[in-house]
Amino acid sequence: MALSENTRERRVRASLAPWLKGVLVALGSVSITMLGLLLITFIIGRVMPIDPVLAIVGERASQTTYDAVYEQLGLDKPLLVQFLYYLWDVLHGDFGMSLLNARPVSEDIKRVFPATLELATLGTLIGVLLGVPLGVIAAVRRGSWIDQIARVVALVGYSMPIFWLGLMGLLIFYGVLGWVGGPGRLDIFYQDIVPTRTGMILIDSAIAGEWGVFRNAFSHIILPATLLGYYSLAYISRMTRSFMLEQMSAEYITTARVKGMSERQVIWGHAFRNIRVQLITVIALSYANLLEGSVLTEIIFSWPGIGSYITTALLSADMNAVLGGTVVVGLIFICLNLFSDLLYRVFDPRSK
Amino acid sequence: MSLLDVENLWVKFPTRQGVVEAVRGISFSLGRERLGIVGESGSGKSMTGRAILRLIRPPGIVEADQIALEGQNLLDLTEKDMRAVRGERISMVMQDPKFSLNPVMRVGDQIMEAYLLHNKVGKVEARKRSLEMLQAVSIRDPERVMRAYPHEMSGGMGQRIMIAMMLIPNPQILIADEPTSALDVSVQRQVLNIMDDLVKQRGMGLIFISHDLNLVSEFCDRVLIMYAGRIVEVCDADKLHQATHPYTRGLLNSLPRLDQPRAKLEVLSRDPTWSEAPSVGGRA
Repeated sequence: MALSENTRERRVRASLAPWLKGVLVALGSVSITMLGLLLITFIIGRVMPIDPVLAIVGERASQTTYDAVYEQLGLDKPLLVQFLYYLWDVLHGDFGMSLLNARPVSEDIKRVFPATLELATLGTLIGVLLGVPLGVIAAVRRGSWIDQIARVVALVGYSMPIFWLGLMGLLIFYGVLGWVGGPGRLDIFYQDIVPTRTGMILIDSAIAGEWGVFRNAFSHIILPATLLGYYSLAYISRMTRSFMLEQMSAEYITTARVKGMSERQVIWGHAFRNIRVQLITVIALSYANLLEGSVLTEIIFSWPGIGSYITTALLSADMNAVLGGTVVVGLIFICLNLFSDLLYRVFDPRSK
Repeated sequence: MSLLDVENLWVKFPTRQGVVEAVRGISFSLGRERLGIVGESGSGKSMTGRAILRLIRPPGIVEADQIALEGQNLLDLTEKDMRAVRGERISMVMQDPKFSLNPVMRVGDQIMEAYLLHNKVGKVEARKRSLEMLQAVSIRDPERVMRAYPHEMSGGMGQRIMIAMMLIPNPQILIADEPTSALDVSVQRQVLNIMDDLVKQRGMGLIFISHDLNLVSEFCDRVLIMYAGRIVEVCDADKLHQATHPYTRGLLNSLPRLDQPRAKLEVLSRDPTWSEAPSVGGRA
């Protein structure tokens, strides 16, 4: 009896162990990567030929003021200690003060990041919802007109500069046709109507039930989101096509046909199941790319996102803001990687 | 009337260098028997099997006077009607279960899917039938196998699962395309016996495609020998060793035999006239 109890326990532990181990390994690698990221941003902050003290006190400050601020910033301490302070602050969500507007960088990021998140999410949705089916159809009907169209669409997406497409889009759909809202997130009339909850205007206005604001926000976001979506579509559809081509020539596809399945069932029920894992990686990568903030798009559309925030900070030597933004972007990359790793485990039985 | 009657079957693939003819006008019939098709790689034997199921994808072309399943010409059927033939009336087991089973689907789901496609029953019934079928192919722990993924199975297990999956809709004809070539010698015989028993019990016709002459001569009733897309000889399997065509003789002589050891095996020398000679009829 005791023996069987024992073996059962061991069996339970054995089935739990790999899962737990996987999570621990993932968390371990994430923290190490994070540490590396912070170390690099810290070093960049120190080696940049920008004197943070001078940036605060100005050029005409006396030596005593300079020394006081120097000490206040902890710059008299050894580098390692400085790094530990930095680590401590970042872990508490404190990226220091922006030198430009003397507000905490973390607050600035809280304000600008949702704008990018909203834009990138909508863009990725467009890219996935159109790109995946387009890639699948192009693979299944290889060489057909639809495949050719997909090829041209992707090629244009790869090679057309986004600032040109963005300007043309604004000129045609905003300037001439007036179908969409212009630059910015909202018309001035609609600003500050809905309370900020998530910072994403589409969601905030939907929560508040302000559909007028929602419509206006949508008319503003749709053009830049479509533009970003187009670029991710170009990438996603090409990758989907090549993944599907590989699967469609596999022998288990013949098996499915021998069973008497329709082509639709063969494609979506069998082949597509096998590309989900690879597709997740591709989508996560392209999402991460957009979340980094597409600087050009944000500038053309006056979109107050993290891309234009970091760029502005960089141009005005606001190092705290630059580093804070960089850490956030890095964090997003790491999290999305972790997320796609976890989905891998769910969708591919062989990875267990 | 025979189960299947194939008349003047051609399989062609247009390429930039011209049309490749994989199968060149062969005719044969299949009753409730075990028909072996042997030949070397590229002789057109696999293409014959796939052409019967109309699985040759464009740009490949299948032409025949008829491929008649109990008098119904399969070439006249629409793709939709053809789907009702595949699996339910003619099925196929392929070479390597590592590739012919979907790697990300549970074995049970794949078998149940084959049954549910042709039978309007619930999942419970399909599950019950699948378990029975797994037992029929001598799988000891069917409950566990149903939940397993293909990569957790050995080659022999995988091929038995494949046989279970292909026989579960109860087809009349099974095409076995090199079903044991990817297996260890030790389990080849076992898998063959299971397949043989099931085919006999159900009174099915079997087309056994192989390059293994000895296997075919032991296992089949009748043998077609293919060379360069044509049938060069037809004979009863137990009389294979009395075959007369120089190609068949050459193949036989290139095999080592325990009862007649030889210092040096013959190398097959090909005569170009073989591939030009008209196809021999393979009707019983």
